[in-house]
Amino acid sequence: MTAALAATWRARLRAALRHRWAKTVVWWVCAFPLVILVWGVVFDALGPNPAEQLIRGTGEETLRLLCVTLCITPLRQATGWPEWLRFRRLLGLWVYAYAVLHALCYAAFDMGLDWMDIARDIAKRPFILVGFVSLLLLTPLAATSFNAAIRWLGAMRWQRLHRLVYVIAPLAVLHFFWMRGGKNNYGDVWFYGVWLGVLLAWRGVRWGRGGK
Amino acid sequence: MHRQRYTPGSDTGFTHPHASEITPREVYHERRALLQHLATGVAGAALASWAARDARAQGAASSRPGKLAALPAVSSKVAGAQSIERITDYKDASTYNNFYEFSTDKAAPARMAHTLVTRPWSVEIAGLVKKPGHYTLEDLLKLSPMEERIYRLRCVEGWSMVIPWIGYSLSELVRRVEPLGSAKFVEFTTLADPKQMPGVRASVLDWPYIEGLRLDEAMHPLTLLAFGMYGEVLPNQNGAPVRTVLPWKYGFKSAKSIVKIRFTETQPVNSWGRSAPQEYGFYSNVNPEVDHPRWSQATERRIGEDGLFAKKRKTLMFNGYEAQVGQLYAGMDLKKFY
Repeated sequence: MTAALAATWRARLRAALRHRWAKTVVWWVCAFPLVILVWGVVFDALGPNPAEQLIRGTGEETLRLLCVTLCITPLRQATGWPEWLRFRRLLGLWVYAYAVLHALCYAAFDMGLDWMDIARDIAKRPFILVGFVSLLLLTPLAATSFNAAIRWLGAMRWQRLHRLVYVIAPLAVLHFFWMRGGKNNYGDVWFYGVWLGVLLAWRGVRWGRGGK
Repeated sequence: MHRQRYTPGSDTGFTHPHASEITPREVYHERRALLQHLATGVAGAALASWAARDARAQGAASSRPGKLAALPAVSSKVAGAQSIERITDYKDASTYNNFYEFSTDKAAPARMAHTLVTRPWSVEIAGLVKKPGHYTLEDLLKLSPMEERIYRLRCVEGWSMVIPWIGYSLSELVRRVEPLGSAKFVEFTTLADPKQMPGVRASVLDWPYIEGLRLDEAMHPLTLLAFGMYGEVLPNQNGAPVRTVLPWKYGFKSAKSIVKIRFTETQPVNSWGRSAPQEYGFYSNVNPEVDHPRWSQATERRIGEDGLFAKKRKTLMFNGYEAQVGQLYAGMDLKKFY
């Protein structure tokens, strides 16, 4: 590819990120898996075990979107374009939405909304505890994602609070790893583990070099 | 730690000298429910489903899915072999399979298992027996009359099905091969051919898949050597052409696509027990009181029946076969021998 062609495509991509429909498109891309799941429920297209599909589908989407969200900063740093940052809040809030749905699906379909049973499960099962903690830690991040909260907290404190994501992401992978461990089914866990590992390593290297 | 030893029938309030004559509790409740239905005047609906069950119980061909070759059978008279619960849809039973030799995804074996070659097939009988050798599938099909048995199958993952299997008691085969006095256990080996089974190329488990039973468990009338389901031969993804079914144990104990049956003096190491000994034991009897380390075993979801918002149903001791198999484990600490 010639330098001129590459420059044209870079300009086009940057313009696309700035497009007034860009956020709408990204929003719908995030919503799409949920639409598929709801369709599956309505038209009984989730296979023999719909409850399992819903719990696992929402869980995997949470993890996938979390990894996508964590790609934003490296993209901004690598290209120098602040346009990437337009999408971070929207992606982060979708992560929270899927996390809440995942927890609700577990509470409703696995535990029949029996809160005593759920409390006992959290206490007894390490992977459920880790999942619950991840959701708890995600909550202040979601709650402070609005402009008013950023102003109230101030940029410094907001940044520090949102660094919690570096604790949440490994916990989410651990939750997935422990759950899949029961059936030796680690293929997908490696995929997200490596993806997250690369994203965290990127930040680690920059922090080591004194970058920002 | 207070150790509890299992006592058969300890929760029913009575003991009976012949376990095979006890009406399983769920059958008793089902009959009461049926009578209640009749009494309240929904006799038409209840009798219609009863008649359909009766027709199926006679091995009627009318209920066959029509996908594979028919395998005629008569309704089994073995105690406990005729669950009267709702049979799982063939579509669910044949498209939701844990068959890691093909894939760890439960929907995939149905798509992938066409590469399994089931004819010709033979099972090697080896070890401490008077009559070892290779028994072809044809030999095995002729060995004893085919019976239809409607068994509950409970997966360790927490879901269950009710499946009308076709086969005969494994004890028929065991008697023919005449185990020696030193034989205490039976070991089953599943086919593990990477050319036919892509999953075998991955090391998710140590291949081939091995399972095992104590000799008395293998001789129990309920232990089934199965060749078919729903009036037809087994679909590949369900473990064609021959498998075992142990209805009172977690599903992984029921080995699929068996190529070898070996009689041994020492307890075999089963594949899941080798993979995670603190999670999967040799016995793996269905037991709501003994949790898996990662999840509870107290409840289960009946595929195709328990709706999304229904609370999961209670798991039964020995998957509801306590009356038939309880005496095999009398005096055993079931938390220690899981």
